[in-house]
Amino acid sequence: MEHPILFVNLLLEKLGLPVVASASQAHSFLQYLLLPHVTYTWVVMAVLFILGSMAAKRLEMVPRGGQNFFETVIVGIENFMIDITGEEGRFAFPVIATLGFFILLSNYMGMIPGFFAPTASINTTLACALIVVIFTHVIGIRFHGVKYIKHFMGPIWWLTPLIMPIEIIGHVARVLSLSIRLFGNIMGEELVLAILFFLAGLYLAPLPMMFLGLFTGFIQAFIFCLLSMMYFAGAIEEAH
Amino acid sequence: MSKKVGLLTTLFLLALATVALAQEGAGTAEKVEGLRFFLYSAVAAGFGIAIAAFGCGIAQGIALKSSVEGIARNPEASGKVTVTMLIGLAMIESLCIYALVIALILIYANPVSSLIQGFIGLAAH
Repeated sequence: MEHPILFVNLLLEKLGLPVVASASQAHSFLQYLLLPHVTYTWVVMAVLFILGSMAAKRLEMVPRGGQNFFETVIVGIENFMIDITGEEGRFAFPVIATLGFFILLSNYMGMIPGFFAPTASINTTLACALIVVIFTHVIGIRFHGVKYIKHFMGPIWWLTPLIMPIEIIGHVARVLSLSIRLFGNIMGEELVLAILFFLAGLYLAPLPMMFLGLFTGFIQAFIFCLLSMMYFAGAIEEAH
Repeated sequence: MSKKVGLLTTLFLLALATVALAQEGAGTAEKVEGLRFFLYSAVAAGFGIAIAAFGCGIAQGIALKSSVEGIARNPEASGKVTVTMLIGLAMIESLCIYALVIALILIYANPVSSLIQGFIGLAAH
């Protein structure tokens, strides 16, 4: 696979910093720090920060413009979340909304030529999935204390030696499934776009795939947040 | 352009073992074994993703069929049915994505991939 042209990498090379194209060629810590999925995460962070501060600069009682749009989106996500987790889950809303915005913007950045989607690297998606699953256990311990272990024990007490390994494997599988689902979708999309561009770029062949990429980017961010809400709801409620 | 790529790929794949044997140097037997391993993994990757896509297509077709029937019966519930259908489709698609990731690992993150790249001159071996 040939190396794509990435704008931030070019910018950093002009500034004289050591930039490598992929993780196998990185040796020093600075080279690991300036890998494309890290630098483009910074780009996503900067864009989200600028958008958020623009929307919340002067809060008005009757919102207009950017504040109106963001209020609609955030209230929509919050109502959707309260439907699933119940009233006690309201404190976990900022995590879900932040992850949702981050993943959505990262997916869409892959569609812009010259930019790289940070979620197209297994490192970013694994980090997001680990945050969700570890927060699930933290919520469970905070709500139930030591009795959280009853979530793993199954309905009948003498089935526990059978059910507990299955539940633990299920929790590990949650990490794998969340990360690989997001990674596979976005990486597959980028791979198809790169190959189509290589084969028939002059005939605008990647264009239909880009529309599909917009669609799947939104759906994957939505699915990630939906599954996270369901895991939080499962940790908050009583064991069956 | 695409015909040239296809022709080159076929020639490369067919001539893999013979060209490897024709190379002089130490460790020829290991190189042949390594290249044969990559040949088998490439074939496995192709078949793996094909079978996964086949199963995924049937499953998503069944999900779509039921949801369209639901909308036809009760057009008022079309919003909820559509959202549920999209969630279900994404869940089914993720199984195919797992197979795709394995296929990508077999082709691009193969243990012998540095050997292959050194062979065709893309990277130092």
